[in-house]
Amino acid sequence: MDTSEDILQQASPDLVRGSETRRAAKSARLSPSFISWLQAGPMMLVFLAFFLIPLVFVVIVSFWDYNEYQLLPAFSGRGYTDTFEGCLAQLPDLCTIGKTYLKTLKLCFLVWAITLFIGFWVAYFLAFHVKSKTWQMGLSLLCTIPFWTSNVIRMIAWIPLLGRNGLVNSGLMKTGLINQPVEWLLFSEFSVVLALVHLFTFFMVVPIFNSMIRIDKSLIEAAYDAGASGLQTLVNVIIPLAKPGIVIGSIFVITIVMGDFITIGVMGGQQIAAAGKIIETRVNALQFPAAAANAVILLVITFLIITMMSRIVDIKKEL
Amino acid sequence: MTETTKKTGVSRRTLLKGTAGLAGLAAGSGAITGFPYVMSAEPKVLRYLGTAVNEGDDISKQCLKDTGIKIEYITATTDDVTKRVMTQPNSFDVLDTEYFSLKKLVPSGNILALDAKKIKEFDNITPVFTKGETPGGKKIGGQGTAPWKVLYLEGKDSKTFSKTPTEFVTLIPTVYNADTLGIRPDLIKRPISSWAELLNPEFKGKASILNIPSIGIMDAAMVVEATGKHKYADKGNMTKEEIDLTMKVMTEAKKAGQFRAFWKDFNESVNLMASGETVIQSMWSPAVTKVRSMGIACTFQPLKEGYRSWASGFCVSKGVSGPKLDWAYEFVNWFLSGYAGAYLNRQGYYSAVLSTAKANMEPYEWAYWMEGKPAEKDIKAPDGSLLEKAGAVRDGGSYEDRMGAVACWNAVMDENDYMVRKWNEFIAA
Repeated sequence: MDTSEDILQQASPDLVRGSETRRAAKSARLSPSFISWLQAGPMMLVFLAFFLIPLVFVVIVSFWDYNEYQLLPAFSGRGYTDTFEGCLAQLPDLCTIGKTYLKTLKLCFLVWAITLFIGFWVAYFLAFHVKSKTWQMGLSLLCTIPFWTSNVIRMIAWIPLLGRNGLVNSGLMKTGLINQPVEWLLFSEFSVVLALVHLFTFFMVVPIFNSMIRIDKSLIEAAYDAGASGLQTLVNVIIPLAKPGIVIGSIFVITIVMGDFITIGVMGGQQIAAAGKIIETRVNALQFPAAAANAVILLVITFLIITMMSRIVDIKKEL
Repeated sequence: MTETTKKTGVSRRTLLKGTAGLAGLAAGSGAITGFPYVMSAEPKVLRYLGTAVNEGDDISKQCLKDTGIKIEYITATTDDVTKRVMTQPNSFDVLDTEYFSLKKLVPSGNILALDAKKIKEFDNITPVFTKGETPGGKKIGGQGTAPWKVLYLEGKDSKTFSKTPTEFVTLIPTVYNADTLGIRPDLIKRPISSWAELLNPEFKGKASILNIPSIGIMDAAMVVEATGKHKYADKGNMTKEEIDLTMKVMTEAKKAGQFRAFWKDFNESVNLMASGETVIQSMWSPAVTKVRSMGIACTFQPLKEGYRSWASGFCVSKGVSGPKLDWAYEFVNWFLSGYAGAYLNRQGYYSAVLSTAKANMEPYEWAYWMEGKPAEKDIKAPDGSLLEKAGAVRDGGSYEDRMGAVACWNAVMDENDYMVRKWNEFIAA
């Protein structure tokens, strides 16, 4: 700025004088709102290019027609009608798509509830029982260690443990607790939920821990001074203040589990249907519009769940 | 959508051509410094898209040695190969795919038929492909997408299959096999002779089939027919009623807890069998070999209803032309010239040209793999590891016996769309 003004001054000293100059300089300076747009810009562009535009494509393609080997860019609701084929006729029995979503929701709810329970107490321990900052850091780093191996490995590692001739079964047989291997340990809803909880509890711990360490300790002292019991402090002080973390963690877990098909496939022995699995089968059969339609349905359902959650807690306000 | 991908593909292709040109220029400049042989050396590179069946390091190394063609493997699952041909036809040069995919690939117009006249060994290709019979004259079952039904095109750019031989060949055959059930004889302890055993309540919670709809339904159909519930006109092209019936039988079995798990890839099937989670399941021959090489008894059990067969072969992308097309022919000719065929035979697959493969195998190997005779010496895999001790006999016997007993071929049905939806219901049940 300075140099350009200098140059201007040298060129025509008369012009650069008084209020006019100041106004010119002011208009050259960027307005604060423009700066904030500029700062948010890169993220917005990324969001636009890698999320919104592809999403618009998915919605568009979901209304296309298709045959064995190509997409036909003509408006058609076939992707949706095929998905719900026979659903009305089958009532009151649920059709495949209904059953699949019910199963997905059930798994999702179980995983959410368990990860929330475990995650909450892990975060609580880290935030309130571990006094030194160093230990807090150290222990939360410890939580990330499982993430040093890939998702797939952590999942597959359960198989030799839970199998018919796996460690758990052979251990139980040796102690004489059972004389037939327990079959439901692997390739069952149990193993699916177990693996998902194992994989995603961390996504609960971090946001909850994050909101908990920001709770002003004097509030807890005040509660104590006012004669609140431990449980009362927990219910009336800590949980309400940790809500944003709980909601953010829940959103992580719910969106991941709703869309998962790999864990459910591997741990469920490919026998448990999931919303994501339907999309995969459709894509593999080159039925892209039908896959897109299913993706839109899944998106809408997940979005509804998240909207409901953010009704309960106004994240924007809490942050 | 396809239009856009095509366009970007073209531009990428031009870019590649440009790079190739630059490389040529660089090579040319090398000539000035006194290495004249690099003058002709526009690097001969072919991008080879396929499943891992034919793709071996040894094959690509030998090919580079013999022809100077560098093979860049692009490995994908059968489904993904098809997807790629549809959406990114310019991302590969040579395509290695299965005959049943042709019903989708040919109408898409993204592949180029090869000229039979330029294939040296074309007339020596086993009659399994050209006539639907074994060299010994046994008629082979033609249900499903049998290769000879989709081998020829009417014209160069035709999208219709020709019933009579023409010079335009959709896929030059490379490898094929006859699939059946794999069993754990040590855990079953009695002879198994029918596909119906897959649904035998005796094996409740210990059976498995593969979760690839177009192949899984064929295995299911073999089972349904074996139990005598229904006789299909063509297992590879069912009517809606037949699909419903097949899936009903399978769903009932699933609900009764017959299946332990379904598998989707090679390794999953090996793990299920090796860990004893399943004792009977549909399986691929090299997967059985793998289980056996882990020291676990596993039999690729011949069954009285016959085998479900599959076959794959080569074609090239529509975008390939000029010298690249010549290299593609050179590569295909090399592939049929013996080394690769022998390599595949030693893995338990079958090669398309038997005479050249035979010339590249030891007589005792040929006798074991192809003639069903007891092994005179230890049988080793291509990597040198021990497969069978001397005296062993191949499951299912000779080439004649196995290929002659093929009942149906992997297929894409006319009602494929409906079938996939029903399959999803089966998985969800």
